Amino acid sequence: MDRIEIRLSGSGGQGLILAGIILAEAAILDGKNSVQTQSYGPEARGGASRAEVIISNGNIDYPKVTEPDIFLALTKEAVAKYLGDVKKGGKLIIDDSIELNDFILEDLKLYQIPIIKTAREKVGNEIAANIVALGAITGITEIVSQESIIKAVLDRVPAETIELNNKALHEGFKLIK
Amino acid sequence: MRPHLEKYFRMNKLPHIWCPGCGHGIILGSLIRAIDNLDLDQDNICIVSGIGCSSRAPGYMNFDTLHTTHGRALAFATGIKLSKPELKVIVITGDGDCAAIGGNHLIHAARRNIDLTTIVFNNNIYGMTNGQYSPMTPKGAFASTAPYGNIDRNFDLCKLAVAAGATFVARGTVYHTNQLIKLIEEALMHKGFSLVDAVSICPTYFGRKNELSSPIEMLKWQREHAISVNAAEKLSPDKLKDKFLIGKFYASQEPEYTEEYGRLIEKAQKQVLKQKKEGE
Amino acid sequence: MKNEARLMQGNEACVKGALDVGMRFFAGYPITPSTEIAELCAEKLPLVNGKFIQMEDEIGSMAAVIGASLTGKKAMTATSGPGFSLKQENIGFASFTEIPCVIVNVQRGGPSTGLPTSPSQGDVMQAKWGTHCDHPIIALSPSSVEETYYTTIKAFNLSEQYRTPVILLMDEVVGHMREKVILPNIEDLEIIDRKKPDPKNHKPYYPYDDSVDDSVPPLAAYGEGYRFHVSGLTHDKTGFPTTNPDIAEKLMNRLIGKIENNKDKILDYSTEYLNDADVVIFSYGSTARSAQRAVRLAREEGIKAGWVKTVVLWPFPEKLIDEICAKSKTIIVPEMNMGQLVLEVERIVAGRAKVERINKANGQLITPNEILDKIREVK
Repeated sequence: MDRIEIRLSGSGGQGLILAGIILAEAAILDGKNSVQTQSYGPEARGGASRAEVIISNGNIDYPKVTEPDIFLALTKEAVAKYLGDVKKGGKLIIDDSIELNDFILEDLKLYQIPIIKTAREKVGNEIAANIVALGAITGITEIVSQESIIKAVLDRVPAETIELNNKALHEGFKLIK
Repeated sequence: MRPHLEKYFRMNKLPHIWCPGCGHGIILGSLIRAIDNLDLDQDNICIVSGIGCSSRAPGYMNFDTLHTTHGRALAFATGIKLSKPELKVIVITGDGDCAAIGGNHLIHAARRNIDLTTIVFNNNIYGMTNGQYSPMTPKGAFASTAPYGNIDRNFDLCKLAVAAGATFVARGTVYHTNQLIKLIEEALMHKGFSLVDAVSICPTYFGRKNELSSPIEMLKWQREHAISVNAAEKLSPDKLKDKFLIGKFYASQEPEYTEEYGRLIEKAQKQVLKQKKEGE
Repeated sequence: MKNEARLMQGNEACVKGALDVGMRFFAGYPITPSTEIAELCAEKLPLVNGKFIQMEDEIGSMAAVIGASLTGKKAMTATSGPGFSLKQENIGFASFTEIPCVIVNVQRGGPSTGLPTSPSQGDVMQAKWGTHCDHPIIALSPSSVEETYYTTIKAFNLSEQYRTPVILLMDEVVGHMREKVILPNIEDLEIIDRKKPDPKNHKPYYPYDDSVDDSVPPLAAYGEGYRFHVSGLTHDKTGFPTTNPDIAEKLMNRLIGKIENNKDKILDYSTEYLNDADVVIFSYGSTARSAQRAVRLAREEGIKAGWVKTVVLWPFPEKLIDEICAKSKTIIVPEMNMGQLVLEVERIVAGRAKVERINKANGQLITPNEILDKIREVK
């Protein structure tokens, strides 16, 4: 079935829901269907947070992610919580600050890359890690086109942060191993 | 009834359901006279009530009228007034309706200072359900649910309204009818939330249980115990002990809610227009 | 001509639909997961000269909505479980006094405070029976963002056409998910406005005139000179109270009849693979999407499964159930509650087919696999 499930996870405040929205919008710009959902805790900041996106050329019936084809994690807690759901052969995109020795990664394609570090050091603001991650996801999986993700990011972020986010996205593209 | 007032009544709905000796007819008569004295446009008035003896009044009144659920008249009226601010909206409510079940709507309507005139037909008792104590039943009085005397403290509704932000607050009685008419007139002319606590009499339930056996006695009691706000200023606390105050307690000019909303609309539209221009 | 595709949240689609169909008054009280609806109304209504008010409580917001509707405006409120309970008395008032309005309930897990950020379909019976005594009501339940847009419009249209409150039963999943939508131009929408009295023919004006053909009397607005009376007491055609049993009976029959007799025009459902289905999944709301997936997967396995999604819950599509009974052996009803609409299915099936339940009230969406397992089990 032509249906790609993506789960973006980390802690609250890392902007993952925004990243999910942007990814879903980029898919629409590519002429595809997309659904974005999220799980909430009562807290607005901190805690485990996840956003989910489903992209398909056809109709999307069940709107929730059950077996992600693509899994992004920015915290170890998120890896621990969600790794078991990832589909066999699925792609893991995991921040390189996370120690993975405790986890079994069989039948999965691991891309461990410096998302947070890139945001902090090359973009100059850790808050842009979500956009760096979007760049990396696009570069690695080609789930959406670069053209669409650029447009989707620039349409969504506040005008005064366009330059920063544009840089974050392009640094993300370069993180392909 | 004076013939020139008949046009304000749905004559085919009379006689009313109130008991002989009830004070509510006097308040209704006072409200009608106030409307007539001010020569208000009859087609531009909407009268809203809750549930209880008081709230049957709109059924007799020849205007657009709405008899709502218990305690909610002010909330219905808020919807009407905000939706169509050009209407003059009058709320008729009772002491149980507005001070107990509808207390929250009362304080918030007052807080917003929305242009509603609220006339409280205050008989100190739940009459429609046979005489239970209300938040306005004096401490120590008897009621069907206070067979050993009421231990609840009662509200001073006028103080409550002032504290909540009402911008016109007055109290009258069914004995002092000329004053009551004048107070209602002032309330109707006031822009903002106005409240008139119209002290009524309920010989059937309150009177019978509290050794005030006839309507005449109850009216006499009002004459003897009501003191005007101005007169009270000159009296010692001792002399005011068993008295209650009538007259105008508070009046001020504050921004009115629906006018504020009108300004909000202008502001919002300007802001969006500006953003659009900047975007181009 | 259609507009560009865009990503939109369910609660946002509800507000967009309401504004497009002409909603100009909103009163509400903050409650998760419906709050985005109030927030968007606060932002958007002033831009179209509409009015928004955050009332002091849920009861007051329902009251304000009815008041606003009586001035001729299309009015809406939005809430969730606990608030929906509080609104019930005034919903009954609107139903009995025949004041059009739309009540959105973005259902969350319960009872009581329950699971405020999780979905449920626990208010299906409350939508029908929540206020005291018999009364007409219409309840609709969308399953996608785009359907939320159209169903909100339908809710207002039905409300105006039949002079009745309409309940839009969303759920947390539909309310919060974002999804691709392609919205129509407003000019292409069918918009129904309430019938108004004709000043030439309707003096005296009877707000509850039972001699009209379609059982739905015209409704004047306050301030138009009709000087009419609206009361929650049992009333005659003039709107004034009566205790006459014949008039009370006639009124009740007209009220129930105006919805029941127009059922065929109100109902709205979709089906897939129904013709040769042995097993039919009867579904609504976000659960319908799990059901659709399960049925597609079952078909891939060669199981003759069929799918029904009904948007209109009340009135209930009885004839559709009759049709299913004639062809299929088993009906499965998945619901995010402990079994509510299934009671209605069972009542109508009356032994003609097997009825199976899938119930989940733990705040989680029923998954396609859970339904598929049941299909395999009963096939």
